[in-house]
Amino acid sequence: MKEVAIIGVGATKFGELWGSSFRNIGIEAGMRAIEDANLSGSEIDCLFIGNMSAGRFINQKHIDALIADYSGMATKNVPAIRVEAGGASGGVAFGQAVTAVASGMYNTVLLGGAEKMTDQNDAFINTAMDATADAEWETGMGLTLPSLYAMIARRVMHEGTATREEIASVAVNSHFHGALNPGAQFRKEISLDTVLRASPVADPLGMFDCAPITDGAAAVVLCPLDEAKKHTDSYVKVSAFAQGSDTLALSQRPDITSFGATVATSRKAYEMAGITPADISIAEIHDDFSIAGILALQDLGLYKKGCAGKAFLSGETKVGGGKVAVNTSGGLKARGYPIGASGVAQIVEISEQLRGKADKRQVANAKYGLAQSVGGTGSAVTVSIMEAV
Amino acid sequence: MSSVARAWREFPGKYNLEGTKCGNCGTIFFPKRDFCPKCRREGIGKMQKYKVRREGEVFSFSIIHDAPPCNSALKPYAVAMVRAKDGVMISGQLVDVELDKIAIGMPVRAVLRKLDEDGAAGVIHYGYKFVPA
Ligand SMILES: [Zn+2]
Repeated sequence: MKEVAIIGVGATKFGELWGSSFRNIGIEAGMRAIEDANLSGSEIDCLFIGNMSAGRFINQKHIDALIADYSGMATKNVPAIRVEAGGASGGVAFGQAVTAVASGMYNTVLLGGAEKMTDQNDAFINTAMDATADAEWETGMGLTLPSLYAMIARRVMHEGTATREEIASVAVNSHFHGALNPGAQFRKEISLDTVLRASPVADPLGMFDCAPITDGAAAVVLCPLDEAKKHTDSYVKVSAFAQGSDTLALSQRPDITSFGATVATSRKAYEMAGITPADISIAEIHDDFSIAGILALQDLGLYKKGCAGKAFLSGETKVGGGKVAVNTSGGLKARGYPIGASGVAQIVEISEQLRGKADKRQVANAKYGLAQSVGGTGSAVTVSIMEAV
Repeated sequence: MSSVARAWREFPGKYNLEGTKCGNCGTIFFPKRDFCPKCRREGIGKMQKYKVRREGEVFSFSIIHDAPPCNSALKPYAVAMVRAKDGVMISGQLVDVELDKIAIGMPVRAVLRKLDEDGAAGVIHYGYKFVPA
């Protein structure tokens, strides 16, 4: 297997991009990544795109062909592959792109992630999000995706491994960083009270415990590590990629206060990278719901069970907090959650951090950064580890 | 949820809590499975129909305020994960209860109720919901 490098990254601003279509944002992110890698575009020999629901959101299926066409790749008949894995679409697409380069099958690969959501109303979008849970035995019985995470939160509080305040502080942490990220949807700090007093969505979770509806796209360019220097002095190494599955329905798990797929996948990733959780300086985690942030830090082995909530509440997870800086991009909660783009945007943020280009939210002397992407209630999980070179 | 056939196929599970039991290791599954993920090859052809106990207790719950269009008339409404007496976990709505009286550990039982109505197809879906026992 070849070692793989990220030689270019790019992203659009995340938010309600009224003036931009799906193809506009997809192309903008891709162009930025190609430009960042000092490429012309003609070097790209394969294209992957993470996207959850263009078929529903913009009534366009076959978006692999759309992006290949409008990025100019179709004139050279470059293969284009769309990847869907619910909320983990971007993370899984990244894994496919890494695998393509590592195998030697393709050499210079462009990976994009994009979602155009705000052309639809909230109820329509939420129903699509709910469809990442078990459509027959969860949502078909009246449950919603937020209610499933709410039941995880309730159980965590019942078992005493996090308080309501600690869970809410995950959103406070993400907004703190979102305020420092010019590309974020919400560039405003929030207080714990704001989260606790927000209107209820699925009790005990309220509006500020849930990631927003967002338009956005992100992209990265990958090539073999030993060819990276040919293109740029500013690249990072992909030290590990691992992916795991779990039951589709939450009710089928022995324990709902932990995502077994995150535990298994992160262990595999640390082993592949030859490091331990203590080596990680930055983590981008899938905080589609605040409670997911608590589970993530514990399941990734960055904190012991019962300690992640305290870390968020004390501010230890912030830039300069002294331990792992969590969701310096603003995370899904404040940077925004254009579903298929988020897993790719995490890779963009980690790469910017490791190249020292994260400006006001820069983490000092970071060697390793980790990204975790999650589909449904932990039914698909990816963990990627990047290394500064 | 739109076609009549799609709903009809799941009647045994949704009306009668019919799942399966592995004839090899004895594990009970709900919803039903075609083979046992624990026994794999050894369990093939040995899955038996099994009716899950209708009594159980609340393992966790949530009150839904932001409901999908098909259930917007119900909101706020409660959903729960219920541990049935034979150990199986089932998710569903919890009704005929004061929302602020729901607690983890509360005894409940499954009853047959109208789930929702598919306006376009004119199909009314029925299935289990939980009520206080
Ligand atoms: Zn078995």
